[in-house]
Amino acid sequence: MSTALTQPLDAGAQSARDAAPPHSRFNPKYLPLAATISLFVAMATLGSVLYTGFFSAQVFLNLLIDNAFLIVVAVGMTFVILSGGIDLSVGSVVALTTMVSATLVEHRGWSPGVVIPLVLLMGTAFGALMGFLIERFRLQPFIVTLAGMFLARGLCYLISIDSISITNEFYSEVSQLRIPLWADASLSISAVIAIGVLLAAVFIAQCTPFGRAVYALGGSEQSALLMGLPVRATLVGVYTLSGFCSALAGVIFTFYMLSGYGLHATGLELDAIAAVVIGGTLLTGGVGYMAGTLFGVLMLGIIQTLIAFDGSLSSWWTRIVVGALLFIFCLLQRLLTSRTPKPT
Amino acid sequence: MSDASSSFLSAALRHRLAWPLVTLALLLAVNTAFNASFLHIEWRDGHLYGSLIDILNRAAPLVLVSLGMTLVIATRGIDISVGAVVAIAAALVAWMVGGSVSGNVSRFPMPLAIGAALGIALLCGLWNGLLVAKVGMQPIIATLILMVAGRGIAQLITGGQIITIYYAPFFFLGGGYLLGLPFSLFIVAVVFAVLHLAVTRTALGLFIQAVGINPTAARVAGVQARRLIVGAYTCCGLCAGIAGLLISSNVKSADGNNAGQLLELDAILAVTLGGTALTGGRFSLVGSVIGALIIQTLTYAIYSLGVPPEINLVVKAVVVFIVMLLQSPEFRANVGMWVRRPVARELRS
Repeated sequence: MSTALTQPLDAGAQSARDAAPPHSRFNPKYLPLAATISLFVAMATLGSVLYTGFFSAQVFLNLLIDNAFLIVVAVGMTFVILSGGIDLSVGSVVALTTMVSATLVEHRGWSPGVVIPLVLLMGTAFGALMGFLIERFRLQPFIVTLAGMFLARGLCYLISIDSISITNEFYSEVSQLRIPLWADASLSISAVIAIGVLLAAVFIAQCTPFGRAVYALGGSEQSALLMGLPVRATLVGVYTLSGFCSALAGVIFTFYMLSGYGLHATGLELDAIAAVVIGGTLLTGGVGYMAGTLFGVLMLGIIQTLIAFDGSLSSWWTRIVVGALLFIFCLLQRLLTSRTPKPT
Repeated sequence: MSDASSSFLSAALRHRLAWPLVTLALLLAVNTAFNASFLHIEWRDGHLYGSLIDILNRAAPLVLVSLGMTLVIATRGIDISVGAVVAIAAALVAWMVGGSVSGNVSRFPMPLAIGAALGIALLCGLWNGLLVAKVGMQPIIATLILMVAGRGIAQLITGGQIITIYYAPFFFLGGGYLLGLPFSLFIVAVVFAVLHLAVTRTALGLFIQAVGINPTAARVAGVQARRLIVGAYTCCGLCAGIAGLLISSNVKSADGNNAGQLLELDAILAVTLGGTALTGGRFSLVGSVIGALIIQTLTYAIYSLGVPPEINLVVKAVVVFIVMLLQSPEFRANVGMWVRRPVARELRS
């Protein structure tokens, strides 16, 4: 309102503002991302002030190491949510991957060099199948991936209802291996893979036709179709990608836990969705950034770290705090989206 | 003659409850075929006893949750927090009547405990409803908040422990018998009757359908869409609360972490099996009851056939896949083409 009144008065300033590159002004669409990052920084500062030993490089690198699988799952989930869908099967695909890896390596004596590509292929095919059902028969992603979740968990129990521990040298070596960075801070292989996946995802989302099609599809399927974008292939591709990410996360999880178990990663899909939402991605699709997802995961991690450092808080506070954060971010997004439809 | 009967059959099959009923009948037939005493009901220890009674009793919490879920789904929503609400209600009632080991002393009077548990469930539903209708969040996300936080709250109430209930009168709710039938069935019957009368004898059912089919048109036509949506979620929360009471009374304990686990998925599945589309609009409370019974009968069949219980999930997944494919118009059109082509060829030759 006030800008409309002042516009004719300082026309010179207005033209100067127009001449400036558009990203010099703060775009309100980055606000959720900025809010997530500042909240993360605030929590890190709080932890550093309250607890001795919190402010060290290793504590922050541990966030990456302990949440590597969640980052990979959340990256796949971000693509699905950007396209306007949802994938509830990710947690059970992770469990199935650990189970298949464990049984093939331990009971069949297969080489990890064969098993890992095989499980990656399996997860990808699983995602592709769900994507095909959603696309071909116009089924609801919620129900299809729900059935996929039942199926993958059920297959785990078909293999074995007990936990299978992995004693294979390759797996235990990879899980032990630390890449020294500086001083005595180090990173695990899993964390490096997660960072690689994240960088690849940023590239795919921002710089490839597929990524742009995903955003368009989430914005409006009708418009994307009218623009001549390959809507159907993109839809299948998104779920295939999520299936691949879940399988890769399953491989990382196998390194992390050194076992296969049907009850691994229960509720991981909720953590992944929560991380994506806290990272500022809209669940209606079409708006969001991979960097936001990274900070969403780190936020979940730092809450757990804070509670662990405190020692007097019980573990269930994690869930209550995550729930409260979800509420705040959804409210924030709601306020933002209700304002943006009016053309400025 | 055969023409008339086939047209009657096709008309009957076109009824929306036909497929759920056929599925249930098939499952019952499978059970009977493998276990001759399946349909046998006898009078033992002063109440009816048999597999069918057992299935009905065990299905009671799921039926209740599915009834509430039906109303929410009819308004184009979804409530994935029901499992957490079940856990909260169970935790609160267990904490309030629990305490003494002696068996007839409770910390608070039982009516107060039940009232408080139902009250908190009602509040949970109201919270969901307000987030969806007033704040305008997507239903999945609005209820995801409570789903994540709810189990934390339940564990907060129980102190992270599994609370065992010793207060004997409370066990009547989920394990007692009235007139030879499990008491839980009477609770389900009352809830069903109230909801059924509300949606058939008043305009409420029509309004809910109107909101589900086209919210904007409903609002323009003067339907108080927001109030209805808040009402639907509140009702769903209350149903979940009652289910929580039944579950905690039946297992004589409350586990904040595991009570009602995956119940939301079973309830959504029951509603879908009952023929209510997830896209909202037309709904059927009877269908959801049948859907819940299908799930419980399926579980019973899996256990009684000696199939390892691990396969339960795989069977469930296959059933979901089949049902959703059958519900998809695209799939039916495709299959119709495959089926009709050979028939047409036969006719020509």
